[in-house]
Amino acid sequence: MADVLTFTYEVSDEDFTRAGEASSDVKKKLKKLGVSPDVIRRVSIALYEGEINMVIHANGGTITILISEESITMILDDKGPGIPDIEKAMTAGYSTAPDNVRNLGFGAGMGLPNMKKNTDSIDIETKIGVGTKVTMVINL
Amino acid sequence: MENYGKSVYLLENQCKGCTNCIKHCPTQAIRVRSGKAVITTDQCIDCGECIRICPHHAKKAKRGFIDAINNYQYSVALPAPSLYAQVNHLEDVNILLTALKDMGFDDVYEVSAAAEIISEESRKYVAEHKEKWPLISTACPTIVRLIQMRFPNLVDNLLPLITPAELAARQARARAMERTGFPADQIGIFFLSPCPSKVTAANSPIGHEKSEIDCVLAIKDIYPALVDSMKIVAGNPEELAISGKIGISWGITGGEAGGLLSDSYVAADGIENVIHVLEDLEDEKFSSDLEFIELNACNGGCVGGVMQVENPFAAKAKLQKLRKYLPVSAVHAAKTYPYDAKWDKEVEYLPVFELADNLKESMEKLNQIQELCKKFPGLDCGCCGAPTCRCLAEDIVKGIAKETDCIYILKDYLHKLSENIDKISGV
Repeated sequence: MADVLTFTYEVSDEDFTRAGEASSDVKKKLKKLGVSPDVIRRVSIALYEGEINMVIHANGGTITILISEESITMILDDKGPGIPDIEKAMTAGYSTAPDNVRNLGFGAGMGLPNMKKNTDSIDIETKIGVGTKVTMVINL
Repeated sequence: MENYGKSVYLLENQCKGCTNCIKHCPTQAIRVRSGKAVITTDQCIDCGECIRICPHHAKKAKRGFIDAINNYQYSVALPAPSLYAQVNHLEDVNILLTALKDMGFDDVYEVSAAAEIISEESRKYVAEHKEKWPLISTACPTIVRLIQMRFPNLVDNLLPLITPAELAARQARARAMERTGFPADQIGIFFLSPCPSKVTAANSPIGHEKSEIDCVLAIKDIYPALVDSMKIVAGNPEELAISGKIGISWGITGGEAGGLLSDSYVAADGIENVIHVLEDLEDEKFSSDLEFIELNACNGGCVGGVMQVENPFAAKAKLQKLRKYLPVSAVHAAKTYPYDAKWDKEVEYLPVFELADNLKESMEKLNQIQELCKKFPGLDCGCCGAPTCRCLAEDIVKGIAKETDCIYILKDYLHKLSENIDKISGV
């Protein structure tokens, strides 16, 4: 019996238009599992934001999804530059995105706030020059 | 309306068991079993892609035929706006409408006239329901079914209005009863349809209990007789047209959205493009001030329907030309008859793709699917009868297929078997 289902995705920064593939696949799986539509919506938004962040700021990374009967855990691990001021980064509207990214409609400074808003818990471990690990949990 | 179930069905003797339809079904509802295609009707959205793609013409759309007018004292034809784009050099819609009477119908009622009312009702609804932006059009039943099955979070965004064809049917019956004095059941309402999904919608309506459409005919079936009749009546058409540009434009993509008189819309067509838009919408990738999304399953809109005759792009050009000669709208003409268009029955999420009805069991099955997928070559060749290796894995877990349906696994299995036989026989 599988108590916890685990899915792993490598997020590449080579092609910007591929960002969102992991969240889209997770969404498909959650629909198969019959998870409630509201939870699916929250997972896909939080995960999509995180995935985009990994591509824009951190040259990609790894996403691990753990699904149990109680909760869905999303772990986003990157080897990027780290977040110097988490509090600032959590502020709605705060953005460090360059213009070319903003022109694509991203970088509005809603990434982390949106992730927080849509999950039951969010934990960020970050080290400058080493990387960032974001762990989000949505309870079922 | 006679109970047809889903419209799309298989002509078994013509099916060669090839993999074309399974590969093109947007909901992966088809499998080839024992050399024949099998449609899982629960998952079929009547888009008609399999009818379009089948090289052996083994997929058909159930529909009615024109002889059925003999079952009624009085019959009314409801031409879809896209019908006007099927004939060449049509400058006066009245010629086409009069030709329908020449073919045997007692009267005609333009769906485009009802469409103008739906445009007006949509404008009101969109303006009054900002909390539901973007509202998604519900004129294409294939799209509504798709959203009900695959996009549970978008069900609340559906524009809760009946289709123009349904409103036209209600109004046409009211007008016919008034004109003839016949009881409702002596009047036959015939919708001339571009696609099978309208057949299904007349049989199992979306958002309301019963359809006023008695019979759905395919445009391609009536087309030859229509063209003949048009030649006969061309010199002396009756004044039957009651709609304008806004109504007729519903036949092509952008027409419905254009009728909202707002710039804040997205209009997409082609089932794969539509799915892409819905995926992005579900992920909230569209701007929050977007008011409306028009979606059509067929390329070009209803002109691209699988029961049409003309090339959809040529048809689109014809409709655009025809529009030039028309008034913007004639909505007041159609308002003579009742025009309440709101849904009165809940449209709900249909979780047909769920693996089991509880999370524990679904997780177990998903886990088995993941494990099985590792065994398959990932070529998605379709030889097993499922469109992808993943679908085969799902079918096995559901108990409707077996591992050796995969020819790669079968090959290994046979190889081992022959080795064992060699060992036993001491060769």
